[in-house]
Amino acid sequence: MVKKSNGRLSSPQELEALRESIIKSRDSSQSCIVICGGTGCLALGAEGVIAGFKRELKERRLENKISLRVTGCPGFCERGPLVVIKPENILYQQVKAADVDEIVSATVKGSIIDRLLYVDPDTGKKITYESDVPFYKKQERLLLGSNSNIDPNVIEDYLALGGYAALAKTLSMKSEAVIAEVKKAGLRGRGGGGFPAAVKWETCRNAEGDTKYIICNCDEGDPGAFMDRSLMEGNPHSVLEGMVIGAYAIGGHEGYIYVRNEYPLAVKNARIAIEQAEKMGLLGENILGSGFDFSVTISRGGGAFVCGESTALMASLEGKVGEPRAKYVHTSEKGLWEQPTNLNNVETWANVPLIIKNGADWYAQIGSPGSKGTKIFSLVGRINNTGLIEVPMGVSLKDIIYGIGGGIPEGKKFKAVQTGGPSGGCIPEKLLDLPVDFDELDKAGSMMGSGGMIIMDENTCMVDIAKYFVNFLEGESCGKCLPCREGLKRMSQILTDITEGRGQEGDIELLERLSATLIDTSLCALGSTAPNPVLTTLRYFRDEYEAHIRDKRCPAGVCKELVTYSIDKEKCPGCGLCVKACPSEAITDMGKKKPVVLDQEKCIKCGACYDVCNLGAVIRK
Amino acid sequence: MTATKPSQQKITSILDSYERDKGMLVAILQDIQAEYNYLPKESLGQISEGLDIPMTQVYSVATFFKAFSLKPRGRHIINVCLGTACHVRGAGRVLDEIGRQLDIKPGESTEDFKFTMETVNCVGACALGPIVIIDGKYSGQMKTDRVKTLLESYD
Repeated sequence: MVKKSNGRLSSPQELEALRESIIKSRDSSQSCIVICGGTGCLALGAEGVIAGFKRELKERRLENKISLRVTGCPGFCERGPLVVIKPENILYQQVKAADVDEIVSATVKGSIIDRLLYVDPDTGKKITYESDVPFYKKQERLLLGSNSNIDPNVIEDYLALGGYAALAKTLSMKSEAVIAEVKKAGLRGRGGGGFPAAVKWETCRNAEGDTKYIICNCDEGDPGAFMDRSLMEGNPHSVLEGMVIGAYAIGGHEGYIYVRNEYPLAVKNARIAIEQAEKMGLLGENILGSGFDFSVTISRGGGAFVCGESTALMASLEGKVGEPRAKYVHTSEKGLWEQPTNLNNVETWANVPLIIKNGADWYAQIGSPGSKGTKIFSLVGRINNTGLIEVPMGVSLKDIIYGIGGGIPEGKKFKAVQTGGPSGGCIPEKLLDLPVDFDELDKAGSMMGSGGMIIMDENTCMVDIAKYFVNFLEGESCGKCLPCREGLKRMSQILTDITEGRGQEGDIELLERLSATLIDTSLCALGSTAPNPVLTTLRYFRDEYEAHIRDKRCPAGVCKELVTYSIDKEKCPGCGLCVKACPSEAITDMGKKKPVVLDQEKCIKCGACYDVCNLGAVIRK
Repeated sequence: MTATKPSQQKITSILDSYERDKGMLVAILQDIQAEYNYLPKESLGQISEGLDIPMTQVYSVATFFKAFSLKPRGRHIINVCLGTACHVRGAGRVLDEIGRQLDIKPGESTEDFKFTMETVNCVGACALGPIVIIDGKYSGQMKTDRVKTLLESYD
């Protein structure tokens, strides 16, 4: 045992005493400027805003009166950088560095800055408080809700919200009882498969082995999904607490967090959280004086989608190529270094403290009969309110897309929603009433996956989307098994031919046969689910395939080889914007107020003219 | 530009910082790449010896993961996100435009080694799609007509 260093909590009582002193030292009526420092808002310029607030509060000597908290993602990325003034919860959106001065002044005076408020597009009314914004109002934010109350680098913020109380409770329970509680709650894995978490834990607990490993999968590879990133960036302690509880229940002492290379901020925040938890005795040896040891190491991925698959991830952790293996023997019996290993996804782990703290009965009343709790979805693509949302399982697609997402921009028509990432499928408009849970999405031919929802409008070509996913997976296939390696290559060739005007009768049937082979014979889930995007688009949008093959036409106007650009003479005022934008000098300026002329011979179909024209005078057909 | 020769000492210190743990191969390669912008050939041999693993394993891992490059890369690394959200918002056309401006394909560098253009499958900033990241700096809501100005802002 290492020497007890200062600051390590040695009992649950000490934890509670610390919590009380933290809460006592904080004045909840004091003003606090909360700004999102998640990847989305940072990309929109939040860094300058944060620096501005720091400088302004210091210069005006307000640091003791107004506190500043940089938090993880609250979800409303579309309107970032986001600033919330507490305790009132006034929401300022699209804040720029130039607004800082005014916000500080208004906060001192207790006034509100009208022009930075969110305008409800339906009513045209300005909304002052965060909770009144429709985007937030219709959510149930059990996990994400804490993000705006926590600076991820300050463990005291998490403790003030009751953090690690579930761990303290766990340590007084028998490990079987912890598993029983999670089982009763009905927690299913949030990484994609939806496998009951407690069953996995139990298998691993009962498996024979010298060491048992606990892994948190933060290799969030599904394009369009970023909930794990936001949880890890915004509330890393909730994930850690879940892992310690799981480790205690299973009897593991070593853990890994496997994070995608593309998420540098998640790596940084997780690393700081681990250091802080160790320092306080909430992680490491003799946790809270219970005699239970558990340590966590961070491992960064190398940018391979297949490493989200459990056996490939474990191979990568061993310093090998991330190739999956057949799972005749489950990883819960023989996983990392041939030892029993329990792997769960970030969101699954983050749910665990909630279950232990509030009880299985409380948890089980949320959600649908077969899928309990809430699920975080990322709402992206052609939708008004892009961002992260959290809703109880079983909510309908329509409520998500229109109620929370605010519908489709520019008055375009909804076409499909793609769920489940590259392994999922496209769901058409007629199924919008579908309740979203693990089983219902499966029935529709798609899957929950990690929770990405990509909204597509009438300008999206479904054959192109199928080709996109097949190409994606072809590139990410590890190449170990033949059906996936060769099958995806053939499917990609066929789809490329179709989108480039070389489609033939029989192509659709060939795609279906190849799909069946991949499903039946691939080694891992990457291959066996890879045909889903093709099969669902064929099931719901077969006419689009037929238009490409028979009429050599792309109804959505996306497939370059099948599209022509032309100028609408009625609408074109001859402003010349497109003339400048055209890289191939295919458009000629005919003088002021005369429509431009497009030379089809020279046009390379890059779409630059279409992008710059705000008047809709460039026609794409 | 000529590629920087790796220093044996630097690689040794990276290996030591992971206590020469075989399981940390990916992390070691990442640190070396962060240092030199690519994985110099000499470093792979030194890793193989230092960790006591076959060169084939080092090579297979270095070529398997997308994050690694065995070729020297440019001073500025352009990453065009081709995640689904960016794709449906026209990322493909942005990629084409950058390639046309610089006369390179994804994975290639310009002759003067000023830029290397790579693609990435989603960085999780989908609200800002199409997104282009140059040297870790995000530029969101990219359009083909903004590409030129963006590239010109780098020297």
